[in-house]
Amino acid sequence: MSAIQNQPVSRDQAKVMRRADLTRRLVARLKHEEAVIGGIGFSNFDLFGAGHRAQNFYMLGSMGLAVPIALGVALAQKQRRVFALEGDGSLLMQLGALGTVATQRPTNLCIVVLDNGAYQITGGQMAASGAGTDLIAIARASGLAQSAWAADETAFEEMVDRALTEDGPFVIGCRIDNARPEKQTPRDPSRIRDDFMRGLGVKK
Amino acid sequence: MSDGRADPQDGQMDAAPAASAEWPDQLFALLKSHDIRQVALVPDAGHSRLIRRCEADQAMRVISLTTEEEGIALLTGAWMGGQKGVLLMQSSGVGNCINMLSLAIIHRTPMPMLVTMRGDFGEFNPAQVPMGNATQTVLEAMGTLVKRADRPEDVVPTADATIRLAFNTFRPTATLIGQRVLGAKTFGK
Repeated sequence: MSAIQNQPVSRDQAKVMRRADLTRRLVARLKHEEAVIGGIGFSNFDLFGAGHRAQNFYMLGSMGLAVPIALGVALAQKQRRVFALEGDGSLLMQLGALGTVATQRPTNLCIVVLDNGAYQITGGQMAASGAGTDLIAIARASGLAQSAWAADETAFEEMVDRALTEDGPFVIGCRIDNARPEKQTPRDPSRIRDDFMRGLGVKK
Repeated sequence: MSDGRADPQDGQMDAAPAASAEWPDQLFALLKSHDIRQVALVPDAGHSRLIRRCEADQAMRVISLTTEEEGIALLTGAWMGGQKGVLLMQSSGVGNCINMLSLAIIHRTPMPMLVTMRGDFGEFNPAQVPMGNATQTVLEAMGTLVKRADRPEDVVPTADATIRLAFNTFRPTATLIGQRVLGAKTFGK
């Protein structure tokens, strides 16, 4: 995403897209057992709804930690691409993690921010992102130069393709709707962890 | 942020181990012996020599965090990805981690923490006392197995036990390195 001139310059100019559709588009492009960390709430419900993969880790709590979990995986497995799917409210809770990623510069990490400007799962209360806080601008200012809003679905897919083939770290901002998720992730934390480790080849 | 920085009140640094103390170098050797690859930390003067040793080691990755709870997540990711890590922090940073320890507890992931204590022996800063006094209690309330080291010769064996317990039994564990080991700050010197 060195060429960011074709991207919208601000959150206001990005198209509002369907969260579940974007998640399916992302998962459809993962052909090499890429790891995906699904942040709490609808982010990981939709990840599960897009079809369970052994390389998915679903967060049940610890709001805001999808990015540092993904960073730990990315540093441990440098040959594997790692995605963090994180909501705007969650990322707002751990903005410092963007600086930590910028410091470590993992080339195999991509953060996808799903931004509907609200805490949707608790009733749609407005988050700071809904009042003007631009998370992509914050990511850039944190030192993550390859950060951009996805103008539309086509742009999103192009940005994912770059994150799959070029050196990161990347941050892709997506404005999303507030639809209910189609499914909920089963809440069995031991199994979630065990499946993920087997999916990453760490456990046999 | 832990206040392991220069204190404007009297211009001294917080207590770091004396140059003659052997345990910081032994602690580094211990981390190597356990094949620790990711060292997550918010800096503390008590860990300064250990941090320098880790930064100089090609096989170790030092991850300087913006807040300690990032370290709980990072070590979870590291271990699930096949690498072992430790979290180094000051006792004040423990307070930042408490809710996030649920991650290690529910997923049963090893979470060894090496904590340098403030506010527990000869503390000069009132702000360090509440969290320092509560560190062990709140860690234990969140399911962490806690051991203390209050003599220099106890630091490495206790840390060894803490690291083994974390990786063998899949849970958060902590060694609290007492302020008595680090050297209580003295005024006018």
